Amino acid sequence: MKDFGFGIKKSGVIDLDKADFSLFKEIAEEEPSFLHCFYCGTCTATCSAGKYTGFNLRRLQLLVKRGQLEEVARRISECMLCGKCQWACPKGVNTRHIVTLVNKKLHARKIH
Amino acid sequence: MEDVIAIIGGGPAGMEAALSLAGRGHKVYLVEKSDALGGHLARWDRLFPRQDPAQDILDELKAKVAEADDRIEVVSGVRPQSLKRRMRGLELMLSDQRLLQVDAVLVTCGFELFRAERKEEYGYGIYENVLTSADLETRFKEKKVLCSDGKPPRKVAFVHCVGSRDEKVDHTYCSKVCCVTAVKQACEVKELYPEAEVFNLYMDLRMFDRYFEQMYHKAQSHYGVHFVRGRLSEVSETVEGKLQLKTEDTLLGRPMKLTVDMLVLMVGMQACQGTEELAEKLDLKISASDHFLETKDLFLRGNQAHSKGIFLAGACTGPKSLPETLQDARSAAESIHRYLTD
Amino acid sequence: MKLEGKKLIWKDYQKEIPDDKYFYVRSCIRQNMFPASEHYFLKIMREDLGKDVFETEHHTTCGGIGYHCDVIKIETIMSIVARQFALMTEAGYRNYAVSCITSFGLYTEIIHTWHTFPEILENTRRQLKQATGREFEIPEHVAHASDIIFKLRHEIAAKAKYKLVDKKTGRPLKVVEHIGCHYAKMFPHKGVGGAEYPYVLAGMIEAWGGEIVDYPERRHCCGFGFRQYFVKANRGYSLSNTHKKFESMEPFKPDMIITNCPGCPYFMDRWQYVISETEGKTYGENGQGIPVFTYEEVAGLVMGYDPWDLGLQVHQIGPEPVLDKMGIPYDPEAKYKGLEGQDLGKPELPKNICCC
Repeated sequence: MKDFGFGIKKSGVIDLDKADFSLFKEIAEEEPSFLHCFYCGTCTATCSAGKYTGFNLRRLQLLVKRGQLEEVARRISECMLCGKCQWACPKGVNTRHIVTLVNKKLHARKIH
Repeated sequence: MEDVIAIIGGGPAGMEAALSLAGRGHKVYLVEKSDALGGHLARWDRLFPRQDPAQDILDELKAKVAEADDRIEVVSGVRPQSLKRRMRGLELMLSDQRLLQVDAVLVTCGFELFRAERKEEYGYGIYENVLTSADLETRFKEKKVLCSDGKPPRKVAFVHCVGSRDEKVDHTYCSKVCCVTAVKQACEVKELYPEAEVFNLYMDLRMFDRYFEQMYHKAQSHYGVHFVRGRLSEVSETVEGKLQLKTEDTLLGRPMKLTVDMLVLMVGMQACQGTEELAEKLDLKISASDHFLETKDLFLRGNQAHSKGIFLAGACTGPKSLPETLQDARSAAESIHRYLTD
Repeated sequence: MKLEGKKLIWKDYQKEIPDDKYFYVRSCIRQNMFPASEHYFLKIMREDLGKDVFETEHHTTCGGIGYHCDVIKIETIMSIVARQFALMTEAGYRNYAVSCITSFGLYTEIIHTWHTFPEILENTRRQLKQATGREFEIPEHVAHASDIIFKLRHEIAAKAKYKLVDKKTGRPLKVVEHIGCHYAKMFPHKGVGGAEYPYVLAGMIEAWGGEIVDYPERRHCCGFGFRQYFVKANRGYSLSNTHKKFESMEPFKPDMIITNCPGCPYFMDRWQYVISETEGKTYGENGQGIPVFTYEEVAGLVMGYDPWDLGLQVHQIGPEPVLDKMGIPYDPEAKYKGLEGQDLGKPELPKNICCC
């Protein structure tokens, strides 16, 4: 193949037709409060890790729901599991459980 | 001598106000432009927030109006032609040249649904499987929600704010009921087809009333409806006849593409086409910004028009839910009663 | 797809297009890329349809390329545009026909600005007078040249020798129409049919026997975007947008593409080669590309002009599959011969895309 010094760029579009919803469905089954989030960002605002890393629990949950697993995998280890978010959440989302489930299931899928 | 009131518009507001006024011993002419009473309610299937059948409410209203025939005279198939002020009261000329001598006029001419064709980019009237919320309601009523190929939809998207909050169509206001209707209809689609994936594309979710937030919660947790914060940008048809949507997931800050079998446009409310003409005939004021009728104020004279003896109720003064419309109608009846008996 | 729905929208976007007496302005770049398109516009208008179209060698660039590359200010552009209008006024014309889409968009934008802010118009008049001694009238009608061909499409159809139809099977050719962004996206009411479902090229396809392909990325920009192409580091952006369009139209199996912009046909034509060389992918039949034409070339083909006189040999994607389908005769030996029959030399054929 020829190299012209430029090429087709990777699209930044979330393609829901090709997204992998399996993780979303499994977590929703095992932790139904995963479906309660209304993306207020209370968790992110109070997050210990989020102040010094790119960790954003609101965004992370949404990425799982949109099937963007590689991006989830890049971020998940930044959580310290302190549980502050769970304490703050107005919808009773069991955030620690969700983080551990995401971690476990990504490992099982060998997505790191 | 009994007082006589003409009500313009035989939808829920007109009927409820007629009943309230008749109950207080007044005589009412209920003037309706079409052949049947009921307005938009007649085409709706179930009503938020608790899925009450629209037909039951309409039937009850109609039965009560029929029962009160000694006090309520339904004049259908006609429109108001002109209004003249007389020494005592008002003289309302109808389009069939009938002359009504009345003491007060209540305008309950309601609203119109936004014409979805105006949002060209959404393809209504062009792509087979693009419906409006009203079309979907008719299909619910007929118990037949199918794609144009006769198959049940496997993926459905609802678009909030179609013709609302949109300067491009000169509707900068919120139509108020579309958000909750979208949540209701999304759940109803899931009830019909539990395996279907349902997406609601919203800008803000305006769950303002009692029970609404609960509905939203249930839509997410029980029905698994996907909520995507982002306004639909464009719709296209794929080679298989599916609909390709472009929106932004604004909570992730990334553009999003998805393909669905059916698209439902949550059309907003707008002032009726004839409002301007009616306002001229009855000396009413129209808002320059949203084209709905203006009441004297928004607080203690919230049902009074600017000229004496003319009252307003229902969605002709801006988007309202059905409970709000009915309350507004009763409140207008009270205002008229006070005006006539003071 | 319900055509009735589109027809209702088309009704809302009708513009007045005079059918005669035009002052014509060429594009800066089209003659290099589609050497015969403008020539055949004039030839068809003047010789076949008997119209009065005037052009002058004093016409210059409108400055649009500089404007869109962020190197010339709008005030300067206005003076340049005012000078073109002065040339029209001096020649005694009121209808202005524009070959370039970006020029058309720019003229539309400037006239709109002058109507909205009369003081800016006065300023432009003053500057033009000071700099050149000229005075100008704003044209009564500004039409893109494709508007005019659209307006005359039935007259052309009546004189046509060939149709956009597969001669052997009688099947209408599937035609993608691609509209330059600056045609109607800024001012939908200045475009025939509006910006959402433009009718300007669709109307030609209809009138000449073809079938319009409505594919999801029909509104998408070809990716040219001026700076996005001219700066090499940005070229991937330009390529990616064209790629997106081809991926979207591929399932519809189009026979050809027709365009009304200087840049679009060039990039949709050339990038097919780059995609074939970098991704190994082609979009036409039998490893070929999808031929891309200007509307003048298509008008010339249906009118029966020789494909090589129309300059189709300079296309990267060979037009032969379309010529064969339409039953248009051509001499393969004459493809790379000049107007006087001289040998122009043969280009090296690419490896991954079959170009006849």
